[in-house]
Amino acid sequence: MIELTRRATFSASHYYWNEAWPAEKNEQVFGRCANRNGHGHNYTLEVTVAGQPDPVTGFVVDLKWLKDVMEREVLAAYDHRHLNLEVAEFAATVPTTENIAIAAWKRLEPVIESAGGARLSRVRIYETPEIFAEYRGEA
Amino acid sequence: MKAHFGRRYMLSASHRLHTDALSAEENRAAYGKCNNPHGHGHNYVLEVLVRGAVDPETGMVVNMAVLDEVVRKKVMERFDHTNLNLDPLFVNSVPTTENLCRAVFELLKDALPCRELERVRVEETENNFFEYAGE
Repeated sequence: MIELTRRATFSASHYYWNEAWPAEKNEQVFGRCANRNGHGHNYTLEVTVAGQPDPVTGFVVDLKWLKDVMEREVLAAYDHRHLNLEVAEFAATVPTTENIAIAAWKRLEPVIESAGGARLSRVRIYETPEIFAEYRGEA
Repeated sequence: MKAHFGRRYMLSASHRLHTDALSAEENRAAYGKCNNPHGHGHNYVLEVLVRGAVDPETGMVVNMAVLDEVVRKKVMERFDHTNLNLDPLFVNSVPTTENLCRAVFELLKDALPCRELERVRVEETENNFFEYAGE
């Protein structure tokens, strides 16, 4: 089995806030990320698929197809958006790096699954070059 | 729902690769330039990967401030701007990056309650890195 990874970047703003908590607790737990005016990052999305290379093409998946899927399913929704205010899955869920990785998985997995062939193995989101989260579909 | 959180840190330290189990000539053959008696240094990049359930209230596997504090106390204060050969952990083992990687894993593995330290990666230079997952 071969794993194949494609990267893409997007830029978005967000803040961390749990509506169920008083302001003091949000500020204590989330620190500077709790600023309700928001802040932003240049994110990197890394999508890893796993499968056998096709005996004719030698591809696990066509990289152009994977690029288009990432752009259509994730970047079109997240790039140059305010995640809390403009992306449905973060209306009531804190857009932490962990939750962005899970949400991107949920957007990508059905499309990759229905194409047959390779399966989605891992979604990794870099918030900065030093901070990342990944989701591998675990319950 | 379980996910992973990863964080990269930089630490600068010196070391000399040398073992008393080998002769001077054998040390030079095994370690080459790294056997220079006066040592040399690196800007190591330490990558820590933690696995755990995403807390539904915070959306986090681990609060980064907590992780940073654990890594600072257990690893950075111990190794950053030091000579690794003088650390008690390397009295009986050579401070190769393999051994440094394993030492960092052992120092951190029980320090993050309710979460699992999945893997430690230490990058010695841009072109070589080592990983340890407790195997």
